Amino acid sequence: MLSASDLRRTVGGRVLWQGLNLQVQAGDRLAVTGPSGSGKSLLLRALAGLDPLETGEVVLQGRSQSRWPMPEYRSQVMYLPQRPAFGQGTVLAELRRPFGLKVHSGRSFPLDEAERWLAALGRPDFLNLSVTTLSGGEGQLLALVRALLLSPSVLLLDEATASLDPDATHTAEIALDQWCAAGPARALVWVSHDPAQRARVATRELPVVPQ
Amino acid sequence: MSVPISPVQLLLAALLMLVSVLLSWRLRLNLGRQIVVASVRMTVQLLLVGLILGWVFALRHPLPVVGIGLVMTVLAGQAAVGRSSRRYPGIYLDSFLAVFGSSFLLNGLALSGILQVRPWFEAQYAVPILGMVLGNTLTGVSLSLDRFTSDVVKERGEIEALLALGATRWEAAHGSIMAAVRTGMIPVLNSMAVMGIVSLPGMMTGQILAGVSPNTAVRYQIVIMFVLSASSALGSLAVTLLAFRALFDAQDRLRAERLMGKKQA
Repeated sequence: MLSASDLRRTVGGRVLWQGLNLQVQAGDRLAVTGPSGSGKSLLLRALAGLDPLETGEVVLQGRSQSRWPMPEYRSQVMYLPQRPAFGQGTVLAELRRPFGLKVHSGRSFPLDEAERWLAALGRPDFLNLSVTTLSGGEGQLLALVRALLLSPSVLLLDEATASLDPDATHTAEIALDQWCAAGPARALVWVSHDPAQRARVATRELPVVPQ
Repeated sequence: MSVPISPVQLLLAALLMLVSVLLSWRLRLNLGRQIVVASVRMTVQLLLVGLILGWVFALRHPLPVVGIGLVMTVLAGQAAVGRSSRRYPGIYLDSFLAVFGSSFLLNGLALSGILQVRPWFEAQYAVPILGMVLGNTLTGVSLSLDRFTSDVVKERGEIEALLALGATRWEAAHGSIMAAVRTGMIPVLNSMAVMGIVSLPGMMTGQILAGVSPNTAVRYQIVIMFVLSASSALGSLAVTLLAFRALFDAQDRLRAERLMGKKQA
């Protein structure tokens, strides 16, 4: 589904990784591992097309990243940052927001599905809160539900549950697992510092080795 | 015509600066040197400009008028970048293009379309009006540029979150673009609001001192204000769009790494 070959990344003259290859198949749950500062987040950003590639190429569904219109590509390969940033409205308005973008103009906002995910994550009362009052963990839940509603093919999770308490983390893992299994061509790529979480959620590991 | 000012009278006026110097000395503000330097600099600059303008006026030829206009525009384009705390490669060119495009367009419209000066390069009109247009456009361009470049850094998280959700670069930057253009237009809007009540504009005052009837002077001021605000709006929009083009690439990525601090650029 998604593959990358011969990727390289340097930061300030230091090579973080090079000659990096990866394959993500439908149904895959891949964990990217490596010490802090090894560029795991940068790898996910490169896969999402948020940073330019230094070498190599990323291919989604047989088509090189550089030949995709990026909004369409990113609606398929969606990146969830560790610290999601929002505007100023309510949770409901933030959930609706991407549906106002041109690339999602064919879809309408599925309110019942949003409520179902929030209930599954233990936050049924969430919709009318103001996003400026959310805690770090609540922000991560909001970003997670928002991404699930947009049903991408590959979800890139950059420590996306790191601010949740253990219970919420667990329900989020279950929700993601259900989501991944519910569609024919869905996959997850995790960056997580927690080995126990990686053992629970990942079917494969990709070590990012510092050079 | 206004009363001529002799060199002795100029010196008398310069003595007024002693008040500030004395104050600085008594209160130990350590501003004495700066006051003297600024005063001397201002005097020399203005005397020189007076000389050059007199020379350009006498030539009655379009080339020196356009030349002096271009020099003023280059300086304005540079000054507009001066305030930005963050810069990107090509920022000086973008600033110059925005200032040049809007000022020359609006100045041309004002001279040949509205005031109908014949010939259009009549330096007595072209140079001072360009000066005023440039001054205001420079303020607008500089505020918009500073706002946009700092907004893009401050709102980077939200902009990239939108991009990651599938926004085009235009959709993701829209908020910052609007905020930057709005910021650039604030000074002109403010000055229009209080004009004639709190402030008597310099050009109008100057014309009245020169013996023009207040009625005519006021009409000139109104025309100028509209020209200034149009040029300022256009310059703000142009520089914001140019900066947008420089900081967001065709693959809908925010290239924040192109922004550098003031010293590095």
